[in-house]
Amino acid sequence: MAEIRLRSLAHTYETDPQSPQDYAIREMEHVWHQGGAYALLGPSGCGKSTMLNIISGLLRPSDGDVIFDSRIVNDLSPQERNIAQVFQFPVIYDTMTVFDNLAFPLRNVKKPEHMVMPRVHEVADILELTHLLKRKAKNLTADEKQKVSMGRGLVRDDVSAILFDEPLTVIDPQLKWKLRRKLKQIHEQFNITMIYVTHDQLEASTFAEKIAVMYEGQIVQFGTPRELFEKPAHTFVGFFIGSPGMNFLDVEATEQGMQFGDITIPVSQKRLKVAREATSDNLKLGIRPEFIHVWDDRNSEAFEVTVKDMEDLGTYRIMTFWFGDALMKARLHEDQRIPQKKAWISFPEQWLNVYIDEFRVEVDDE
Amino acid sequence: MNKVENNKAWFLVLPMLLLVAFSAIIPLMTVVNYSVQDILGRSAFFVGSEWFVQTLNDSRLQSALMRQFAFSFTILAIQVPLGIAIALLMPKKGWQASAVLILITLPLLVPWNVVGSMWQIFTRGDIGLMGYGIRQLGYPYNITRNASDAWITIIIMDVWHWTPLIALLCYSGLRAIPEAYYQAAQIDRASKWAVFRYIQLPKLTNVLVIGVLLRFMHSFMIYAEPFVLTGGGPGSSTTFLSQTLATMAIGQQDLGPSAAFSIIYFLIILAVSYVFYVTIMNMQKDKADNISGGA
Repeated sequence: MAEIRLRSLAHTYETDPQSPQDYAIREMEHVWHQGGAYALLGPSGCGKSTMLNIISGLLRPSDGDVIFDSRIVNDLSPQERNIAQVFQFPVIYDTMTVFDNLAFPLRNVKKPEHMVMPRVHEVADILELTHLLKRKAKNLTADEKQKVSMGRGLVRDDVSAILFDEPLTVIDPQLKWKLRRKLKQIHEQFNITMIYVTHDQLEASTFAEKIAVMYEGQIVQFGTPRELFEKPAHTFVGFFIGSPGMNFLDVEATEQGMQFGDITIPVSQKRLKVAREATSDNLKLGIRPEFIHVWDDRNSEAFEVTVKDMEDLGTYRIMTFWFGDALMKARLHEDQRIPQKKAWISFPEQWLNVYIDEFRVEVDDE
Repeated sequence: MNKVENNKAWFLVLPMLLLVAFSAIIPLMTVVNYSVQDILGRSAFFVGSEWFVQTLNDSRLQSALMRQFAFSFTILAIQVPLGIAIALLMPKKGWQASAVLILITLPLLVPWNVVGSMWQIFTRGDIGLMGYGIRQLGYPYNITRNASDAWITIIIMDVWHWTPLIALLCYSGLRAIPEAYYQAAQIDRASKWAVFRYIQLPKLTNVLVIGVLLRFMHSFMIYAEPFVLTGGGPGSSTTFLSQTLATMAIGQQDLGPSAAFSIIYFLIILAVSYVFYVTIMNMQKDKADNISGGA
């Protein structure tokens, strides 16, 4: 049980790093609070696994500190940190039975057998492995093996944290959902800090209370699934979370509003001020397809756009349209009238996000 | 569906059949042929199993067989653990790994006869480094007089010559273990011994089966090295099976008995190898399946 703090942490696999691109993890500050259920979300190669291995102690960070409560643990091994980690692909001890596999982490610290027994049965029960306990682990199927691997992490009830590195990759979808529920239950039951690495936003949001989104070696946003959806702090979060992802327009700030081609989009004075004062000319407007307002008729506030494509996804429709020379998507309800060729849309001010250099402009009045 | 009948395809198998016939079947059958006949000059008589009975009752052969088993099991008992230990200690990468690999492999490249000669000189009391050295320490080391000196020397020689094979096999086996296993073991707080016992050793099983089988067959057929080093002496204390056979077949021209002996020799190697293999493969099976009738 511990709070895990990363202080000025950075890591590179190169011996002589030249640019930020050489870093698998760029300098960051982060705190994982005791007892939280967290997800670490990001595309392949963004540094998720590196970060996990640094926390568990399999990897020593090249810069900065890993702090458990108030103790710097950089030089401590995973054993000494008392941390459990479940890997992407099942690792099992071939010659042992399932029972012995699950008991292994406990027996290694010489826990008395009368305490090992009930704990192994408890975990086997949760993971539905009880009927396999006497079998040799070698002969199990891939998902049974992965359950055994997870069981070895869960069997230890005194760990600082349990880290999951995309643990459900090899498991079929139905069981995946069930196991994720199980993990959540276990989390509620034992109040252990859990960090769950994944590249699947659905997996992240069903498991975690708070999600850290990683992109190019940095945590670009740390927040609840709702925050990530409504106020993506970085264009990458907007693009990565949600399906389809956020619409972005490259704009210029003028006195009237945001200028996109010959179209002016109104935004609040406060945000416009920040945008106009910015030195960078990398200015973007972002809005989620869910929040674009599609009018039934011509309207003085609405922009007229050309419909390109309509996708029927059962309970809702995705409309693809040309806004100036930009292709955008909007989401229509099931019972909404379907626009033909032309549509009238507007961008509600409260759902518009302004990005300078890919990061969101935060203004207090919101 | 119309099945095309084309028996001409069988001709394509013919070259392989001929090759196998010449390399294995025909030579083996000649030996079988000799083993059931008594050949005197140009005439031959069919004698049935007589040579086999005689061979099996020959006390000289029986004691050679016992010595052979003692030798093979002794060297296996030393070479397998030693080979694993060396493989575990070898550097994993960099120029050190290549250097150690070459050093380790050197003994394997020395021809059998040369190994015998080298050790013959090495162990001489007057000019041999080892022989002279041991005598200087006060022990009257002499492989031509003292049977146990001869035995120990032959075993050391074989260990020197062949442990590298086991070490190399194990080294390649160890390199094939994915890093994730070591990471998981670290997370599970496994001791060094537990890592060896539950990860490395199980993953080495397959290469060890090959290693043990090769070493058993090799050592069971050992000929040139002890022949050159001790000539089978003192007395017949280091005369192993193949040397006994050679004496019989070439020295005494007893073709019938030595053919029968060859077949028995071959069958023993086959049987022991088979038992080895089946035992090790059975160890990996799921015992719970038998107990619970397949849960």
